[in-house]
Amino acid sequence: MMAQIQKDNDRLDLAPKKFNMWIFIFTSFMFFAALTSGFIVYSGGKGHGLNVIMPNAFLYSTIIIVLSSGTLFLASKASKTLQFAKQRLFLWLTFALGLAFFAMQLYAMYVLAYKMQIHFVDDNASRSFVYVFAGMHLVHIIAAILLLLNTLWGSYRNIPQVRNLFKMEMTSIFWHFLGIIWIYLYVFLLLNQN
Amino acid sequence: MSTLAVHDHGVAHHDDHGHEHHHNQSFLSKYVFSMDHKMIAKQFLITGITMAVIAMILSILFRIQLAYPDKTFPLLTTLLGRFAPNGRISADFYLSLVTIHGTIMVFFVLTAGLSGTFANLLIPLQVGARDMASPFMNMLSYWFFFLASVIMLSSFLVQKGPASGGWTIYPPLSALPKAMPGSGEGMTLWLISMVLFVASSLMGGINYVSTVLNMRTKGMDLWKMPLTIWALFLTAILGILAFPVLVAGVVLLIFDRSFGTSFYLSDIVLNGVQQPFEGGSPILFQHLFWFLGHPEVYIVIMPAMGISSEVMSVNSRKPIFGYHAMVYSLIGITVLSFIVWGHHMFVTGMNPFLGGVFMITTLIIAVPSAVKTFNWLATLWRGNIRFTPAMLFAIGMVSFFISGGLTGIFLGNAALDVNLHDTYFVVAHFHLVMGSAAIFGMLAGVYHWFPKMFGKMMDEKLGYLHFWLTFIGAYLVFFPMHFMGLDGVPRRYYAFTEFVSMQRWLTVNTFITWAAIMAACAQVAFLYNFISSIFIGKKATQNPWESNTLEWTTPVEHLHGNWPGEIPTVYRWPYDYSKPGAEEDYIPQTVPFSQTMSSNLPHDFEDNPKGLEELNKFNSTLKANEQVK
Ligand code: HEM
Ligand SMILES: [Cu+2]
Repeated sequence: MMAQIQKDNDRLDLAPKKFNMWIFIFTSFMFFAALTSGFIVYSGGKGHGLNVIMPNAFLYSTIIIVLSSGTLFLASKASKTLQFAKQRLFLWLTFALGLAFFAMQLYAMYVLAYKMQIHFVDDNASRSFVYVFAGMHLVHIIAAILLLLNTLWGSYRNIPQVRNLFKMEMTSIFWHFLGIIWIYLYVFLLLNQN
Repeated sequence: MSTLAVHDHGVAHHDDHGHEHHHNQSFLSKYVFSMDHKMIAKQFLITGITMAVIAMILSILFRIQLAYPDKTFPLLTTLLGRFAPNGRISADFYLSLVTIHGTIMVFFVLTAGLSGTFANLLIPLQVGARDMASPFMNMLSYWFFFLASVIMLSSFLVQKGPASGGWTIYPPLSALPKAMPGSGEGMTLWLISMVLFVASSLMGGINYVSTVLNMRTKGMDLWKMPLTIWALFLTAILGILAFPVLVAGVVLLIFDRSFGTSFYLSDIVLNGVQQPFEGGSPILFQHLFWFLGHPEVYIVIMPAMGISSEVMSVNSRKPIFGYHAMVYSLIGITVLSFIVWGHHMFVTGMNPFLGGVFMITTLIIAVPSAVKTFNWLATLWRGNIRFTPAMLFAIGMVSFFISGGLTGIFLGNAALDVNLHDTYFVVAHFHLVMGSAAIFGMLAGVYHWFPKMFGKMMDEKLGYLHFWLTFIGAYLVFFPMHFMGLDGVPRRYYAFTEFVSMQRWLTVNTFITWAAIMAACAQVAFLYNFISSIFIGKKATQNPWESNTLEWTTPVEHLHGNWPGEIPTVYRWPYDYSKPGAEEDYIPQTVPFSQTMSSNLPHDFEDNPKGLEELNKFNSTLKANEQVK
């Protein structure tokens, strides 16, 4: 079985395609690294600290995205042992958690803007950066959710197992990466909040 | 990790794809939305050449203004309408011309046109792969580039004209739509175009890296790759790491322009009115821009270096001198290019200590650059040189790289740069090292691989004409600019007549303009040669330059999947030219050592003890026979 999958993998050039995903993650990482470096250069050079206590909603969304990584991991595991019903179940769960994360991030921004009066347009651009971090991350999340739906759709269409596994892996790499990036951004904000 | 294993795509793989691609392809899937890397390479090349011609015409337009700031040319008004009222190019449009000329040349010609063409053509052919890792993404990469080109050019159609803040689009000019005409819709289109362009570059780059790492044929280990592949591979890595940073900078700029944030804006007074922006830092943009911008200049030159290395080795009939040093210097340049960006910002009020750090890193990067130069010269040394047009352009590339690189060392000194920054000295520096050297590398590649791309030969005589006129023209245009710069003449000024200190340079400007017009006319020889050879050129043979690399083992007629049968196996490095004892003066990479006993050297079997044993046996029988005689 494994040997067969390995062979099909080679025939469809799936391994190089997966490699493409890893490189894409590098580019995406550089993007966020640039934004956070921009923050450091800005706040260091201008002496504008953030001076905002991050809303709790960001903590909740962090918990949600960690949970979603867990469910996606379980879906992967199910797909490897050919338990497709279980795979779908966990994919749906991941999807729901993804949406919840999205909503929670929006809520956090709502709290920032309306409850705490920390606006996107602010003379202190350190504060604008908070929105840019979360917003740009959400753009990535939209892409990840689409990728997830594509995998889900594939699993209903009974595509060959190699392709199913391939899609699962692609989705997992991206999804876990986005989780890690969000944790990075959140910790970065916590460290710089005063 | 199995993903890094060498793949052996047998014929089976090819047949498997066959039903999609074989002979009855529609026009659309063959020429337009093609997923074949060879076709995509041609698409990139032709689009790149078209953009280059457009950008060249723009430069002639602003050169006319510089040479004759007082004269009127009614023809200009006829051609350009509101952009050139009363027969003179307007000051705003002059700035637009300079901006779009720079943008197109740096990004659309020397990044997409150069890497896009040669990475697409050569990576699969020279590493021995049927196509790119993801042909679909490859196709998208071209079409994003095409769309970006169209949008960039369409900015000539908007009322206020194209972006005009310079190719580096520094805020606050670029961040305030009302700051000048070119900061309006033209700037918006510039930003949209560049975002698409970066997407295209990233999709291409991801494919190139992945293909080189995953899809090399049997026997093609990294140290058997031609220098073209090394250069294109490292270029792609540079792009992958640098372009996202530009996007980050551009995203913040878009927020400043359209949403009222002040990342880059502070203390602005516009038309006498105090603007609400506070607290921003325009220097932040420069950091983000040049963190891309400096690697970008190496993205431009490294493919040209790789191409020249290959062309010079083939046409000197000698192994490239210092293959390993060439690779390590490319790697050195790749790494170092990320820590020198501050040399573009010496006069932004940066901490002098930081300036010193950037100065040292900048001077260090001159070392690998010099290593490469010496190796090229040593490759030529006592070679059996064949002066093909490609070879001439490769040698020209080295010449320009030397004369342009030397001035980089002046500019890299923080104290000297206080005087030289933003003068014509900088213009001279980067036009020699980039505008001339990189373009010459690209042209060398076009002349050398034209037979591979189109199955026809280009005309040599026209090639020589093209080379000499362009070579002389480029020096005549750019060399005098050094002296203008030393005299303190700033770049991007509209009319030298307005400044007493600059008036004496007017005659030089006139001279430069005529040299530029001559060089531009020389390109007609190239265009004619290029287009006519596609249709009526002499038919190419399979290996017209007697070269060792894999691409010349494919049939002249292109076919999807590149090789009709199995992909050839590689046994040796690509530079076995004029090997003592060999029958011919080249041994293709596909020839095993067992077929070349008389020319094998102990060195060829460094990690192959069995082969070494065979060689020793062969040599001792040879000796024994000799003694018998
Ligand atoms: C030999 C190594 C090199 C050194 C030490 C060097 C150094 C410099 C320095 C210090 C500047 C800033 C000048 C200023 O604005 O005041 C500069 C500008 C520039 N260099 Fe180089 N350079 C080198 C090679 C190259 C290469 C290989 C390229 C491109 C192929 C290149 C392209 C440029 C460009 C485009 C600019 C001007 C950017 C602008 O302000 O518009 N340089 N160089
Ligand atoms: Cu630089």
